[in-house]
Amino acid sequence: MGELWKLSLAEMHDLLRGKSISSVELTQSYLDRIKAVESDIKAYITICEDVALKQAEQADIRIAKGDCQKLTGIPFQIKDLIATKGIKTTCGSKMLEDYVPVFNATCVERLAGVGAVVLGKGNMDEFGMGSSCENSAFYPTKNPWDKDRIPGGSSGGGAAAVAAGEAAYAIGSDTGGSIRQPAAMCGIVGLKPTYGLVSRYGLVAYASSFDQVGPMTRNVQDCAAILEVISGHDEFDSTSLPRQVPSYSDSLDGNIAGVRLGIPEEYFLDGMESGVRERVNSAIETLKEMGAIIVPVSLPTTKYALACYYILAPSECSANLARYDGVKYGYSYQDTEDMWEAMGVTRSRGFGMEVKRRIMLGTYALSSGYYDAFYLKAQKVRTLIRNDFDSVFQQVDALIAPTSPVVAFEHGDRTDDPVRMYSIDVCTLPVNIAGLPAVSVPCGLSDGLPVGLQIIGPHFSEGNILNIAYSYERNTEWSKFVPVMN
Amino acid sequence: MDLDNTEIEHLASLVRITLSAVDIDTLKDQLPKILEQFELLNEVDTSDISPTGHAVNVESVMRQDELRTPLSTDEVLSNVPNVLGDHIRVKTVLEE
Repeated sequence: MGELWKLSLAEMHDLLRGKSISSVELTQSYLDRIKAVESDIKAYITICEDVALKQAEQADIRIAKGDCQKLTGIPFQIKDLIATKGIKTTCGSKMLEDYVPVFNATCVERLAGVGAVVLGKGNMDEFGMGSSCENSAFYPTKNPWDKDRIPGGSSGGGAAAVAAGEAAYAIGSDTGGSIRQPAAMCGIVGLKPTYGLVSRYGLVAYASSFDQVGPMTRNVQDCAAILEVISGHDEFDSTSLPRQVPSYSDSLDGNIAGVRLGIPEEYFLDGMESGVRERVNSAIETLKEMGAIIVPVSLPTTKYALACYYILAPSECSANLARYDGVKYGYSYQDTEDMWEAMGVTRSRGFGMEVKRRIMLGTYALSSGYYDAFYLKAQKVRTLIRNDFDSVFQQVDALIAPTSPVVAFEHGDRTDDPVRMYSIDVCTLPVNIAGLPAVSVPCGLSDGLPVGLQIIGPHFSEGNILNIAYSYERNTEWSKFVPVMN
Repeated sequence: MDLDNTEIEHLASLVRITLSAVDIDTLKDQLPKILEQFELLNEVDTSDISPTGHAVNVESVMRQDELRTPLSTDEVLSNVPNVLGDHIRVKTVLEE
């Protein structure tokens, strides 16, 4: 059978259930695809061929017994920030280059529970800190649409793998846009769920009050199917919310007549690329033609989101990353008997520059004399940003905005200027600040590069925003566009 | 807003990262530019506003204090860089 990696999850599921193909054949097809393109793309930090084939054999046994759920036997990639028992979990960092977890993250357990097959671990910006995948301590990932360009970040490996057919789907994490922005830049679908919907147990902490795990897929139906498996309460994560998980797939009825969609003027910035503006405006027209009611709205605190995020997230990071002391696990400098020297050199050699910068920034914002002016102030502004969303969701069902103000840029274009690099997160950060769900869905090309449409909803409105994305996807051809790779 | 070498080195000592001279120069240039962006927040009136720690309200979670099977010693020690028997070996903390 030919190129199985081109199929959607639903198509793969039908073939597996009908026993037209085996999970081993499907997994081998992905491993072959990885062998063919991975040297160009670099979407993986670890490829676990043996584990994948073994899991595929077990999936085939399940299927033979009649137990074939939506994700059974289907191979995926998981971001290297998520703990996988017995499989190296580096977080894209020299600090954890040889770290092998002795436990699985809850999302990994749940996927294993339905017989999903792990192909390997996705490349990423170190500890999730970055917007271009160039902060990986190992190598940058390339965008399958143009290999001179970045795939976005931090879950750049996941987005590139899905776009290049190196995985049926990927599991990423999103602290300030790290699922949605790379999804937009690689022309795939990416969902950041409501804070607390998916367990963070086993997701290595960057900024705990922002981090969420979510799916990266070729289409919206796939996204809904994965969310159903990974969501739900987990006693190992005290911020996981005890709620019943609905069938997100059942929410996809393709009808958005009468749905009220807000267009927040603040997300259409002066600095956004004209190609992105055109594509997003055209998508809004399409949604209107489909029966949605378009309502101009304002979220005046949007302009403070960037500063608010880059105070709070580094503050949380500076506390979370204090654990890397070279004592219990991770890189450890041993050529001294002095404890403080060992710790200082361990952290200096183990962390890359962006991580050091954020730890320093966060510690500055939390330090005596600056705590009120920076950290506490940002927490209060966080309240105002959340209030803005609360009041706008009294008027509309969801918001429509660009995911990123720019398309994928060339490698090295922004690495020397952190302020310029941080500024591209401007449309995604407010969502994490307010803990909201948002999905990025492809809405066309600008100069041959993908543009993402962001749909933001109130807490726990995943079913609704996925249906808006699904309806849009069905009425356009964009999800069928794939990169031409040589 | 400027940061001099002493301030950068003080911050580095707080976070236990030994910085090279090149790192110090880079951070001395970059951190003030980032901190400058933060000053935008000063124009927001937050006088009667409570801070938000988590965007979705969560309550303290309690559970029964029940005995569960912990990780084995081998598992706990499997990633430790410096092991002595069943112990984690650390550098000298208290001098004689």
